Amino acid sequence: MTTVPLLSVQNLTIDYIGAQADFRAVDDVTLEIFPGEVFGLAGESGCGKSTIAYAINRLHKPPALIRHGRILFEGRDVLDLDEKALKEFRWHKVAMVFQSAMNSLNPVLRVESQFHDLLKRHRGYSKAQSRERAAEMLRLVDIPPERMRDYPHQFSGGMRQRIVIAICMALDPKLVVMDEPTTALDVVVQREILQRIDELRRNRGFSVLFITHDLGLMVQFCDRIGIMLRGSLVEQGTSEQIYHQPQHEYTKRLWASFPSLHGDPIKLERALG
Amino acid sequence: MAQEPIIALECVSKFFGHGEKAVRAAHDISCALHPGRTVALVGESGSGKTTCARIVMREYQPDSGRLLFRGNDATDTGSVCPKEYRRAVQMIFQDPFASLNPAHTVDYILRRPLALGQPHVKGRAADETIADLLRRVELDPGTVARKHPHELSGGQRQRVNIARTLAVGAQVIVADEPTSMLDVSVRLGILNLLNEMKRDIGVALLYITHDLATARYVAEDILVMYAGQIVEWGAVDQVLTNPQHPYTRLLLSAVPNPEIRFDNPGARLDPREVETIRREARHLQNRVVEVGPNHFTRCPA
Repeated sequence: MTTVPLLSVQNLTIDYIGAQADFRAVDDVTLEIFPGEVFGLAGESGCGKSTIAYAINRLHKPPALIRHGRILFEGRDVLDLDEKALKEFRWHKVAMVFQSAMNSLNPVLRVESQFHDLLKRHRGYSKAQSRERAAEMLRLVDIPPERMRDYPHQFSGGMRQRIVIAICMALDPKLVVMDEPTTALDVVVQREILQRIDELRRNRGFSVLFITHDLGLMVQFCDRIGIMLRGSLVEQGTSEQIYHQPQHEYTKRLWASFPSLHGDPIKLERALG
Repeated sequence: MAQEPIIALECVSKFFGHGEKAVRAAHDISCALHPGRTVALVGESGSGKTTCARIVMREYQPDSGRLLFRGNDATDTGSVCPKEYRRAVQMIFQDPFASLNPAHTVDYILRRPLALGQPHVKGRAADETIADLLRRVELDPGTVARKHPHELSGGQRQRVNIARTLAVGAQVIVADEPTSMLDVSVRLGILNLLNEMKRDIGVALLYITHDLATARYVAEDILVMYAGQIVEWGAVDQVLTNPQHPYTRLLLSAVPNPEIRFDNPGARLDPREVETIRREARHLQNRVVEVGPNHFTRCPA
C-alpha cells in the first residue's frame, strides 16, 4: 500500500446550527483512505457517519457548518474548491451511492439517458459513445446491456442499485462513497452486489468509503474500519483488529448486540445504553 | 408438541390476479403456532412472508386451505367470532414511526385497546393496568404515558406497540420485521422483550424476518420461504446447522459472517449458481422429504 493517502480528513468538525444551541455532529475526526482501499465507517444512526460522507462531496447544506478541519483529496482541499472545480470534482473524482440509491434514478428517463446525462456533461460524449460506455458499465454489474432501453421501474431493487453503481463508475472515479448501499436489500442480493464491488475495486483500483451499521458485513468487505460514537471516531483499525481485538468499550458492545448465527446463541447482554 | 396449536394454517394458498398472469403469493402453506413458542418465517422480499402474515391477520382470505383458531375455522365463512379473533391475534409492524397515531398520547394509545379488549377493566384498575403494561415493556409510566409518539425513539415506540398488543390481551402476536428499522443497539432489547413475553405470558409468536441470526435468537421453529412456498421447515437449530434445500443453503451462506472475507475464494457466491438456485426454487415443489425428526424439506415431485 502506498503511503500517500488518496483522501485525508483532518480534524473535521461539523455543527448543525440550531436556534438555541448548536449540535456537534462530527467532532474532530481524522481519517485517511489510501488508493485501492475499502474503508468502513460504522456506528448507529445519528453518530455523524453520513454527515462525513456528505462533507467529503461538499454536499452538506445549511444548517450544517464545517467549523474547522480539512478534507484533502490528492493533496487539494475540497473545502477550497470553487463552483467550477467542484463540478469537475464530483463524479470525476468522488462518486456517491446513497442509502436508498435505487430510488435515486429518474423514473421517467430510460437507463441509457441517465448514463448519457453524466457522460455528455463531463466527457462531452455523443449518444452513441454514451451507449457504448453504458453497455460496458452494465456488463460490469451483471446487467444485460440490452436492458438500457428500459425504465427504472422495470428493474428489481437490487438491479436498480447495481445500475446506480454502474453510473457512479462510468467516469472511473478514484473514490466511491457508499452510504448504506445495501441496507434495503435482502442478504443474497446484498452479497452479490458487494462481492461484485470487491472484484471491481481490485481490477480497477478505486477506493471505497463504506458506511453501514452491520459490523459483520463490514469486516468481510473492508480493509480498515473506523467506529463512530456521537460524532467522534472512537476507534480505528484493520478489520482484523476490530473483529479480534476491539479496544474501545463501545466497539465491544456493538459486537455484543449482534445475535450470531454460529456459536452460543444466548450470551447476549441487555440493550446498550 | 402434543398440545393443540392456537392457530394453524392448513394447506393455505393465495393467488393475486387471474388466469395466466396470476401470481402465486402463497402456495400450500401449513404451519402451527403454539402458546409460548415462536415460529420464524424467513425469506427474501417478495417471497410471500407478509402474505402469510396477512392471512393470519385475516386481512386476506385464503383461496384454498383452512385457517384454524383453536381448531375452529377462522375464515370469513367460519364459526370463530371475528371480535374474539382480533382480541387474540395482534400485530407488530415493521415501521414504528408509522404505526402509532401521532395525535394521541401513549396513555390514550394503550387505553383504547384496553377498553375494547378488556372492557371489564375500568377507572383506577385501567390506570394500574396501563402502568403495568408500560413497566412490562420497560418504559417508565410516569414520564412516557403523557408523551406523544414523536417524543419517543424508534425502540421506545416499538415497545409501546408491544404494550398495545398486550393491552388487548393478545395470545398470538404476529411481528413483521419488528427490528429492521431500529438501531442495532436497541434491536436486542426488543428481541429480549419478545422472548420474555413468550416465556412469561405464554403468547405464541409468528416472527417474520429476513435476518436468520435474529430468527435463531427468538424462535424454536423456522420456516424458510421462497417464491410463495415453504421450501424447508423444522427446529431452528436443525435447519440452520443441517440445511437441505439449496435455497436455505444459499440464504445461510449469504449471511454476513466476519470470519470469511470476500477475498477468500471459497466464500464467493457464483452469480450463475445463485440464478440457477433461484430459478429451480421457483418451480412447484410438491414432494415433502422428512430429513429428521421435526425437519422437512420440499423438492420437485
